Amino acid sequence: MTAPRAIVNVPAKARKGEIIAISALIGHVMENGFRYTTTGVLRPRDIITSFVALYNGEEIFSAQFFPAVAANPFISFHTVATESGTIQLRWTGDNGFAATHRAKIAVE
Amino acid sequence: MTMAPRTEHDTAGRRAFLRFATAFAAVVAVFAPRRSPANEVPPQLQAGSRSSPRPLTPAEIQAAVHRVTGGAKVTPGRVKLDLPPIVENGNSVHCTVTVQSPMTPADYVKSVHIFTERNPQPNVIGVRLGPRAGLAKFSARIRLADTQKVTAIAEMSDGTFWSDRAEIVVTGGACLEDT
Repeated sequence: MTAPRAIVNVPAKARKGEIIAISALIGHVMENGFRYTTTGVLRPRDIITSFVALYNGEEIFSAQFFPAVAANPFISFHTVATESGTIQLRWTGDNGFAATHRAKIAVE
Repeated sequence: MTMAPRTEHDTAGRRAFLRFATAFAAVVAVFAPRRSPANEVPPQLQAGSRSSPRPLTPAEIQAAVHRVTGGAKVTPGRVKLDLPPIVENGNSVHCTVTVQSPMTPADYVKSVHIFTERNPQPNVIGVRLGPRAGLAKFSARIRLADTQKVTAIAEMSDGTFWSDRAEIVVTGGACLEDT
């Protein structure tokens, strides 16, 4: 499987204590498991089930996705810029799907 | 029984219509796909069964909410669920949830869950937040199968639950279409 494309927006620089917005979009069909092919075969569910954001290894936000999340899931949330380091975003899902994106942030 | 006298014009119109209808039927017969066991439309795709496999029952929605709240009282307020009032396509609807909370270690939002009433499943998304979020606000893109009410329920650190509902008109549903 080729690595899924993720578009992540994390500010490169922030002031200490500032509330920053993080948004992330990842390429995924999010096949919901309710659709049939034209020959009447049920398309098995294939979705991303969980999303976790870690700030220097500590969880700051997580989400559980259900089939009602749109294809190419987009999520945006906020966090307080506490220290310089890495913000790691991790998606996991059906059929062993796993993707990770890391973004550096410099806090002054 | 009295009938209005039939004029020459009426008869001509009827004859023209009949000719047209016959021709149309012939064309349809030629181009209509032949029904054979090999390409017969499966029952789940036949008209009427496509819009929704089975509507959610209130008990199923309540059970999904109960799994989140554990039976605790849910009070309307403190939560703002932003949805467009009308969408042309339910495949990707942007929604934003904002919860009024100071987001301090003593008082913060623990989780937010979104539920629907007329999708194949009641759950949409559940997020976990904490005091490090700074702002209890998130956005996501969701699928909506039909015109319906969407509910967001937030759990606070003190164990209380708050909610907001938003009604959205969906002119083209998601979930069950082929594309």
